[in-house]
Amino acid sequence: MSFNRLLAVAKKEVIQILRDSRSLFIVVIMPVTLMMLFGYGVNLDLKGLPVYVYDRDGSQQSQDLLKHFQASKYFTIARVVNNYPALTRALDDGHAKMGIVIPWDFSQRLSEGGPVQVQALVDATDDNTANVLIGYTQAVVQGYSSGIQIAWLRERGLQIQPSPVSVETRTWYNENLESSAFIVPGVLALVMSVIGTFLTSLTIAREWERGTMEQLISTPVSAMEIMMGKLAPYFVLGMFDVVICALIAIYWFHVPFRGSFLTLLVSSAMFLVVVLSLGFFISVLAKSQFAASQIALLITFLPAFLLSGFLFAIEQMPVALQWITRILPARYYVSILKKIFLKGTPTALLYADLVPLAVFAFVLAALATRSFHKRLE
Amino acid sequence: MPELDNSVVVENLCKRFGGFVAVDRINLEIPKGEVFGFLGPNGAGKSTTIRMLCGLLKPTSGRASVAGYDVGREPEAVRQNIGYMSQKFSLYNDLKVIENLRLFAGLYSVSSNVLRERIDWALAMANLKGQENLITGTLPGGWKQRLALGCAVLHKPPILFLDEPTSGVDPISRRQFWDLIHHMAEEGVTVFVTTHYMEEAEYCNRLALIFRGRIVALGTPSELKRGSMNGELLLVACEPLGNAVEVLQSAPGVLDAAVFGNALHLVVPDAVAAIPQIEMYLKQHGIAVGGIEKIRPTLEDVFVSVTTGRDATGEMKP
Repeated sequence: MSFNRLLAVAKKEVIQILRDSRSLFIVVIMPVTLMMLFGYGVNLDLKGLPVYVYDRDGSQQSQDLLKHFQASKYFTIARVVNNYPALTRALDDGHAKMGIVIPWDFSQRLSEGGPVQVQALVDATDDNTANVLIGYTQAVVQGYSSGIQIAWLRERGLQIQPSPVSVETRTWYNENLESSAFIVPGVLALVMSVIGTFLTSLTIAREWERGTMEQLISTPVSAMEIMMGKLAPYFVLGMFDVVICALIAIYWFHVPFRGSFLTLLVSSAMFLVVVLSLGFFISVLAKSQFAASQIALLITFLPAFLLSGFLFAIEQMPVALQWITRILPARYYVSILKKIFLKGTPTALLYADLVPLAVFAFVLAALATRSFHKRLE
Repeated sequence: MPELDNSVVVENLCKRFGGFVAVDRINLEIPKGEVFGFLGPNGAGKSTTIRMLCGLLKPTSGRASVAGYDVGREPEAVRQNIGYMSQKFSLYNDLKVIENLRLFAGLYSVSSNVLRERIDWALAMANLKGQENLITGTLPGGWKQRLALGCAVLHKPPILFLDEPTSGVDPISRRQFWDLIHHMAEEGVTVFVTTHYMEEAEYCNRLALIFRGRIVALGTPSELKRGSMNGELLLVACEPLGNAVEVLQSAPGVLDAAVFGNALHLVVPDAVAAIPQIEMYLKQHGIAVGGIEKIRPTLEDVFVSVTTGRDATGEMKP
C-alpha cells in the first residue's frame, strides 16, 4: 500500500468531480433539494381538510355545532350547500374530504333532550386519512355534546360531575406532532445512498467504458489503492453532505437534535462505507455506466426509500417484509438517525442498530476489495 | 532487476477465450534496445499478446517473461518495468495535460525530487511544452498519442509496449512518433510495437508477422523481403487487369497473381526465365502487355505471400 499512489488517484478523482457539473450538482444541490422536498412536500399531518356542510336545520344550535368544526384546526368548512346532490358531487369531485349533514329537526330534538344524529359522509379512498377524519369528527361532536350536557345540568342547578376517567396525553420526542420531524432525519439515508452508491458506481464504470481503467491497471498501482483512492473523495463529500443535511434539519426545519453529534458522524461514516462499497462492487460487476446506475437505484435507493422505516413504519409491514428489512443496512441507519435526532438515545443504547451497521460495513468493504482485480477478464 | 540479454522471452504462449484461440503457441526473444514490430491484420492476436505481456490478461498456457519477471506470476514486478500505451487512447480527457502527467508520475511513484525534471523531460519529448494547461480532450490525435507516450515513460521503464500507437493519426504525426520511438531505443529502451501499417513495419529492427494467432514469419524487414517469398516478384503492366489476373492464376509457372494499384504482382520461381513466357502467354489470351520487370517485394507482398497459403485455421495447406 503506497500512500502516494493512493493520493495520486484521489487527486485525479477530485479534479474530475470538480470539473463535472453533473456530479457537482448531485453532491451539492441534490441533498438540499431532497431535504426541501421531503421536509415540505411529504406531509403526513392532516390539517385544514375541506368539509362541505348541508345544514337542513339552519338553527342557532346547528350553527353552534358547525363553529366547533370550524374551530378545529383539522377542518375547514369549505362551503355550505343547500341540497344533497351538491354534497355528494363535492365528494365525487374531491373538493370535499367529508360532508356533514345536519337533520331538519336537529334543534327541535335537542330541545326535547335528544338524542339526535348528525351524518358524516367520508371519502375513504385513502383509508388512513378517513380513519383520522372519523376520529377527529367524533371528538368534535363529543365536545359539543358534553357542552350541552353541562349547560343542561347547570340550568337545573345540579352538581357537575367530572368524567370518572380521562386521559392525560403527553407527546414525547416529537412534541408538536410534526411529521417533518419524523421524516427529515431519514432523508440523510436517502442522500447517502445516492452519493455513495449511485455516484461511485458511475465513476468506476466510466473508467471501464472509456478504457482508462486499462491504462490505470497497467501501472504499479494496486487494486486496493485504486479503490481507496477513488472512494476517498466520495467519502469526504458524503460526510460534508451529512453535516449540511443535519444543519438544515436542525436550523431550517427545527427538528430537535438531542443525541450526540459524534455518534451521528460515526454512524454516518459506517453507512457511507456500506454504500460506497456497494457502489464499487456494482460497478466492478456491471462495467457499464447505464447498467451500474440502474442496479444502484434498484438495490439501494428504492429499499432505502420504501423499506428502511424512513416513511413507513417497519412494525406495520407484513412479517415477511419485516424480515427482509433486516438485511437492509439503511434500516439500521434510519433507526439510528431518528433516535439521535428525536430521542437523544445515548450511544451505548444504540448497539442494536450500530452493531449490524458495522457488520455490514465490514462485510461489504471486504466484498468490494475482493471483487476488484487488475485484470481485463 | 536482473541483468539480461533479452528483455522479453515468450515460450509457447497461448490465450484462449472460450473456444476461440486468440494467440496460438507463439515464441519470441527480444533483445534489449530493439524496436520489435508486431505486424498483422485486426483480430490477429496482437493486442491479446501485448496485454498478456503487460500482465493484463493471464495466459492460458505457455509462459512469458518481461524484464526477467514472469507475467503470470509476478505481474506487479512486470508493471514496475514497463510503459504501456493501449490501443484506444486512454488518458483522462477531462484532465489537463499537466494533470495527466502528474497522475501517472504519482502512479509510477516517481520521487518528488526528480518529478519536475521528469515531467519537463516528458513534455519536451512529446513536444507539448507550453501546452501544459490544455484540456487533454481538446488535443489533436497526434498530440494525444505523444502525451500518452510521455505518460508511459515518466518512470523511465526499460521496456515499452505500444499497441497500435499511431492508428488514426495523420502521416506527419506518425513520422514524428516513430522518431520518438527510435530516440527511446537509442537510449537503450526495448520497444515492442504493434501496427497494421505495412510502411511502419519498415522502421522496426525486427518484425514478427502474426496471422490468426500464429507467428507466420519473423526477421528483419530485409530478411523477410528476401527469404519469406516463395519465389521472385514480377511487376506486370497490362490491360485489362481483371482478365489478366484470371488468366495468370491458372498459367503454368505462376505461383500467385494479385492486383497492386494499376498493375499486377506475380510470384514466379525464376524471374528471368518467366518474363518472356508470361508476355507470350498474355498475348495469346488477347491481353495487351505494357511491360514486365522484376521488382523487390514490399512487406505487403511478403505478408500476402505468407498468409495466402494458409487456410482458416492458419495451417499450411498440404
